[in-house]
Parts: sequence; structure tokens; C-alpha cells
Amino acid sequence: MADDDISIRTSGLNHWFGTGEARKQALFDIGLRIARGSFIVMVGPSGSGKTTLLTLLGCLREVQEGSVVLLGQELRHATTAQSVRLRRRLGFIFQAHNLHESLTARQNVMMGLQVKGRLNRETADEAAAHVLSILGLSDRLDYLPANLSGGQNQRVAIGRALVGNPDVVLADEPTAALDWETAAKVVDLLKQLGQARGTTTVMVTHDNRILDRADRILTLQDGRLVADDSRRV
Amino acid sequence: MSRLLERLLGRLPIGWLQLVHQRGRFAAALSGVAFANVLVFVQLGLMSSMGVSTVRPYQFFQSDILISAADANTLVDGGNVARQWMLQALADPDVVSGMGLFVAIVPWDRGDTDISLTTFGINPFQADFLAPDIAADIDMLQVQDAAILDRLARGLTREEAAAVRLHTPLSFETQGRTLTAYDTFAGGGGFGADGYLLVSDQTFLSLFPARSSGAPDHILLRLRPGAQPDAVANRLRGLIADRTLRIRSYSDAMDEEVRFQQTQRPTGVIFGFGVLIGILVGIVIVFQVLSADVADHMREYATFKAMGYGQGFFLGVVVEEAVILGVLGFIPGVIAGWAILTLMAEVTTLPLFISFGMAVTVFIGTVVFSALSGIIATRRLAAADPAELF
Ligand SMILES: Nc1ncnc2c1ncn2[C@@H]1O[C@H](COP(=O)(O)OP(=O)(O)OP(=O)(O)O)[C@@H](O)[C@H]1O
Ligand SMILES: [Mg+2]
Repeated sequence: MADDDISIRTSGLNHWFGTGEARKQALFDIGLRIARGSFIVMVGPSGSGKTTLLTLLGCLREVQEGSVVLLGQELRHATTAQSVRLRRRLGFIFQAHNLHESLTARQNVMMGLQVKGRLNRETADEAAAHVLSILGLSDRLDYLPANLSGGQNQRVAIGRALVGNPDVVLADEPTAALDWETAAKVVDLLKQLGQARGTTTVMVTHDNRILDRADRILTLQDGRLVADDSRRV
Repeated sequence: MSRLLERLLGRLPIGWLQLVHQRGRFAAALSGVAFANVLVFVQLGLMSSMGVSTVRPYQFFQSDILISAADANTLVDGGNVARQWMLQALADPDVVSGMGLFVAIVPWDRGDTDISLTTFGINPFQADFLAPDIAADIDMLQVQDAAILDRLARGLTREEAAAVRLHTPLSFETQGRTLTAYDTFAGGGGFGADGYLLVSDQTFLSLFPARSSGAPDHILLRLRPGAQPDAVANRLRGLIADRTLRIRSYSDAMDEEVRFQQTQRPTGVIFGFGVLIGILVGIVIVFQVLSADVADHMREYATFKAMGYGQGFFLGVVVEEAVILGVLGFIPGVIAGWAILTLMAEVTTLPLFISFGMAVTVFIGTVVFSALSGIIATRRLAAADPAELF
């Protein structure tokens, strides 16, 4: 694979938590190449290091040892400004929706656009409404989070992550609050984006039905990558 | 409002939306800012009225140079100055005329209220030393025990004051004599006495037999038109043998007394301190509200951080909130401050009001200090760690 086709590359990635006596290694020698546009699912028992790896890939944690190259940029020793700029090209979907309580669904989604620069009200409005309609929320555009169900709020959060056309989507159990039909729709959308725009997705999930749709499944155990099952590559 | 701010900021007005989302907190914050504003306005009003009422007696006279005793910090409490220095000053070619000015407090027992009047003894034959409106009535003072009464004095009703005329004079006992007011002038209650009284120097000396005509409290000098008071005052300092005397241009003396009242006198210092307290109260309230707001939205802010929003954005949101609080809190603040000062002015007859300059200063101060507390409140944001979100 040419470098252009690789969104994420790690090698010799180790990570520790704590200091001194309490110092504990959470990741051991992770080496990965993730192709642009692929839909990757990460599985593993609780405490195996899935979230830790995801935060490292998303520039949310400093790389301690080894290398992570994200969208062509080495994250080891990256400056704060560099990681902030890089994060604007990512889409994060957290387990909790973390929507801003005083913003409507549409406004929350617009926050995902606004980070890229001065807001053009008309286009931003339209883009937000468009994403929300794909997620089946056209009739909830101006609702505050308090007036939406958990699943609806999670869909708004997904819209917020996707509205800015991210190059990489990092998601940690994003479908826990969704019924299967909606979850499937989200997965299809992400895979579609992968094909159409080369959006790469790395998703942590325990949902077997989603595993069936993955291009590749990474299995972590005790901080080690123990299985790497590529289905279609 | 939301649309306007959005245009202004070029982003969603999150600060504003957040404030109106929590109406209770918003209202509390606004009343806090308003309260701080009222505190500041009342203190500033008192301070400025102190300035106005300090300057007031100076306006009764027309003079270019004031000669006072070393310990005379104010026009209303002088110390003896020998009249011979006036004669020496008159030797200067620029000095046209001089007048001795006597001053003392005269008590007036009005039955249920005892008031005190700052009484000036002047020469009734030197009308050019008096402000025009007073000079017009000065002939009456040639009569022994005649007086011109301050119609704005505390303890005197407007009707009583208005009734005082040449043919319906008002007499009262003081210092064992009977003074008769034949007319009135606009003085005004100050922080020292309740009002003013003008009498002739002869009448003054009979009220205070211990005082001597050879030693008035101040000496007023008038200069040839076009003469420079500062230059002449300088010359006189060299000319007059008594080096302890304070020889100042009349306007310098006035400015110095205002400064003295506002910075050296307990009342002035207390007002200044009150302004400080008001500012502190405002800062603390805005800080409390904004930092509680930041603390309540830690997860949301951490999410924004993860999405790539930088420190500038968070600063912008919190300062937006702070400025909104400052601007919107100022409005009820200035209204309540104005109402309270007007009420106080009614009761005290002090010239208490909010000047335009004062309002502008307080407005700018409110917004600036609110923004500062907002900036301090964002320090908590450092604790919002996006890595903890997953
Ligand atoms: N902030 C932290 N401080 C200290 N130790 C941590 C921290 N975060 C994770 N760990 C430890 O690192 C290891 C990996 O944790 P991680 O959260 O990555 O696992 P996970 O695979 O996401 O588990 P789960 O499925 O429960 O979410 C665990 O042993 C955990 O206790
Ligand atoms: Mg996890």
C-alpha cells in the first residue's frame, strides 16, 4: 500500500499509566497500518486497552513511546497546536453524547463545522439539517437535548462528528444507546462515507452484528494486539 | 439578540445561549452586577457631590489669589492671617484689590432641629469680590446684624426660605445676638455644615468678639485683567515675609481642597473604599457565576476540546458571557443607583446625581472587570481533559 492510502500507522507503540510503583503498562508494542476508507472494528475484553489506543490515535493523549502517524503526521512530540489542528480533521463519537444542553440539535451539529472557521450561517444550517435528516432527525432540528431520547441525542452526536467531513472517525461503543435498525444505518453511513470520501472509521464495539460488517477486526488482549482479521482486503 | 450576537461573533453565541438556558443563575448574576453597580454609583455620587459641595463656597466669591494660614486646608476652616500681608500684596503692580474673609460656624437653634451654618464675614463695600447674584444684595449687609441666608440649607423648608424678603425678614438668635436675614442666596448643604450665611465683617466681629479685624481667616486678591494668577502667586511668595502662609491661585486652592477632601478626610477615604468594595463584589459575583458555569459544562467543554476548539474559543465564550452580564447588569444598576441617589439628595440636600461621565466610566469599568473575572474563570478549563471522555 502506498503511504497515501494509509490513514493511520503505528509501530512499537507502548503506553503506561501511573508512575513509580503504580506504573502499569496498558499497551504493548502495537503495530498497525490502517487503510484509508476502511471500516475497522476493535474488540477485546474490558481493560484490554481499546480506549487507550483510540485516544492515542485521536491525539487526545501524548504518545510516550513508539510512533503514531496520523494522516501523514507523526504524533510523537507533536505540539499542542499541531494536534489541535489535526483533531479538526477527525470525528469523535463518545459513548455518552456530551451534547451542549443549551444548544439545539442543529446548533450542536453546527459546532462540528464551526471549528473549521467562521460560520456561514446559511451553508452551516443546511449542512447540519442535511446530516440530521440522514440520521432520521429532520423533525427534531430545533429540539434541545433535554427534550430528545438517549438514542436521538446519540444520533445528534454522530451528526456532529460527521458534519465536517472528517478524514478519520474514532468511535467508542457509539451504538450502545441505539436500537439495531438505527445502529445499522449508522454503520452503513460510515461505510458509505469510506467508499465515497475515503473516511476511515475505527470503532470499538461488542455488537456482533456490527462485526459482521467490518472490513477488518482488531482484537486486543491485555494491551496486546492478538488478532488482526482482515475480511476483504 | 441571539442572531445579533451570532453576526457579531461569527459563531453560535454559546455564552448567551448558556446564560438564558439557566434563567435562575442568569437573574442572580444580573442582580449581583446591578448591586455592585449601585454600590459604586452611590459611593461615586457621594464622592462627586463632595467635590461639588467643596467647590461650592469658592463660587460665592470672585478672586484670583487666596492667601491662607499654613493649617487652612479648606476655605471653611481658616486660621488667622495678619491683614498687613494684604497691604504688602497690594504693592505688587498686578494686584488691584484685596479683601479679608472671615469664616466660622454659627449654630442656629430651630426648636426641634439644631442646624449649623458656615458663616462668611465679608466687606459689604467690596461687591466686586462676590459672585454677581450675591453682589446684587450685598448693600443690605451694611446694616448691623443683617444677614443673607442660604435658601438651600438643610432644616429650612423651601416655603420658609422663599418667604424671606426685605419686608418680611427672618430673625433668629445666635451667639447672644439677633441676626436678621433680609434675603437669600443659593448655597447648599455640604458635608461640613448644613448651609451658609453671609454677614458683614463688622457683624461677624460682634458675633465673635474674640476675633480681631486685623486678622481675617483668608485674604482674597483681585488682579489686573490679563495678569497670570500663578505667576503673581509666585511673586507674592517671595514678597510676603511670612513664609508659612499658603499663597495660591484661587483655582489651585479649589483643586487642592477637592483632592484634600477626597483623599485625606475620613469621609472621602470611606467613599473611595466603598467604590473598591463595589468593584470587588462585582468581580466576585461574576467570577462565581462564570466559574460555576464552566464547572457545570466540563464534559461539554472537554468534547469541544477534543473536536479541536482551542483556548481562544473558550476564552471567547466565557468573555462573551461576562460582557453580557456586565452590559445587562449595568442597566438596572444605573437605574437603581440613580433612584437611590435622587432619594438621598432629597433628604440630605447634597448635590447627588449620576453624571454622564460617571455613567460611562462605570459602564466601561463594569464590562472590563466582568471580562477580567471571566478570564480568571476560564482557568478551570485546563482541567477539562478530552482523553477522559471515552
Ligand atoms: N486514566 C487512566 N489512569 C490509569 N489507568 C488507566 C487509565 N485509563 C485506563 N487505564 C488502565 O489501562 C488499561 C486499559 O484500559 P482501557 O480503558 O484502554 O481498556 P478498554 O479496553 O477500553 O476497556 P473497556 O472495554 O472496559 O472500556 C486498564 O487496565 C485500565 O485500568
Ligand atoms: Mg473503553
